[in-house]
Amino acid sequence: MSALETLLLVLAIFGVLTGLSVIVLSLIWLERKFLGRMQMRMGPMHVGPFGLLQPVADAVKLMAKEDLLSSLVDRVVYWVAPLAVFVPTFMIWVTIPVARDLVIRNLDMGLFYIIAFSVLSIVGLVTAGWASSNKYAVLGGFRAAAQLVSYEIPLILAVLGVAMLAQSMNLEEVVNSQSTVVYALVQPLGLVIFFIAGLAELGRTPFDIHPAESEVVGGPFVEYSGAHWAVFFLAEYINTFAIAALTVLLFLGGWLFPGISGDVSALGVLVFLVKTYLVILVVFWIRGTYPRLRIDQLMSLGWKVLVPLALVNVVITASYMFYGWSAWSLSLMSLAILGAAIWGLSKRMRTAPTPEYTVKLYVPAPEASNAG
Amino acid sequence: MAPEGLTINYTAVVIAAIVGFVGMAIMFGASYLLSPKKRTAIKDMPYECGIPPAPYSWSQLHMRYYIFAILFLIFDVEAVFLFPWALVFLTSIDAVFYEMLLFIGILFFGIIYSWKKGVLQWN
Repeated sequence: MSALETLLLVLAIFGVLTGLSVIVLSLIWLERKFLGRMQMRMGPMHVGPFGLLQPVADAVKLMAKEDLLSSLVDRVVYWVAPLAVFVPTFMIWVTIPVARDLVIRNLDMGLFYIIAFSVLSIVGLVTAGWASSNKYAVLGGFRAAAQLVSYEIPLILAVLGVAMLAQSMNLEEVVNSQSTVVYALVQPLGLVIFFIAGLAELGRTPFDIHPAESEVVGGPFVEYSGAHWAVFFLAEYINTFAIAALTVLLFLGGWLFPGISGDVSALGVLVFLVKTYLVILVVFWIRGTYPRLRIDQLMSLGWKVLVPLALVNVVITASYMFYGWSAWSLSLMSLAILGAAIWGLSKRMRTAPTPEYTVKLYVPAPEASNAG
Repeated sequence: MAPEGLTINYTAVVIAAIVGFVGMAIMFGASYLLSPKKRTAIKDMPYECGIPPAPYSWSQLHMRYYIFAILFLIFDVEAVFLFPWALVFLTSIDAVFYEMLLFIGILFFGIIYSWKKGVLQWN
């Protein structure tokens, strides 16, 4: 590669970083406004028209905030942890296309690369919790590890189903192979598994066990402030956008839309962004609707429901491809299994006994002398 | 793909990592220049809802985290085998497909076994 090409590549990647930052600002505004309207509030109104500049004001405030650092933290690990979360979440954007041929590098192993690197940010969360030397942070960090590794499995297996259907791990080819019918219709079970596992990977409601404010007061991030906390926040929103973008690319046809020619790049980007923002609105909608799961419910859902379902999904997709079953049989099987799973779960949730906890609450002995 | 293609593709990945680090370094630098720095003994304490913190917070952890980590390892390695298989099972001999079904079956049995053993119960 010549020096000029390398320079252009660096500029393009800086462009992606800038673009993602702008998208994150828009997402913060959108989330606050959307949640506000759902709760019959106005949301941010005062900074700029319709509060549009509120995220900018927040960012400036975070930059100008004193970086509090408790005297017990493990300094090196504490400084490295935000980077360990942010850099992998940024690196996967090298291969996520936003329109035909509009991507930094179209890796042949794109899907594999994405899932391999997105796992790395778990390490950052655990080190952040561990280095903070704070009980909540340590607990939150380990909860993050347990939750994220559990939901990584169904996520990977759902992605595998798409790789099988498309017979490629190149994201552009995955989208092109959906030109007749999107994979959301071919494989609804895969979409549901991917979306639920993706929500859990993001640590969003109803799976926000590790940053749970009312239990571990922010989890791994409790000791962070100022710019370092902002980096965690940035990584979280970039991840939200990445999961929504992957949902769109893998299951909803990416930049393809009936009647719109995908050859025009600007139009393709517009279609892709509209679809992605719609998926993100669903994420925010779920946040505004459901309460948080308990951690035992969370782990049960992951290992006893989603992992077996994802394995079944892989097996039926493989059989469908291998035996060459008729076109709609996979959709029907997928829907039937999905329906059975939802029916079984709802029946179980209605009849589930209250769990017995092995952790006993501290109850002080009654003091008789106070009675008189 | 030719080796030079690989080099060109994954140069972009390395550059993305460097750009990520540099971008965050710029952000931390700006924050360092902008932010006030007044340290006091109270501010230096770890946060523990206002009470004086217990001195040592790196406590022992429950065994269950370890078990889930091992389960994750098993299935992650399975995924590493499944991905190459997913792209070749249509074009190679039939045995490839049936062997992987057997492999998935063994793992499925594994998860049912650990379920019955009570490993998946978080309490």
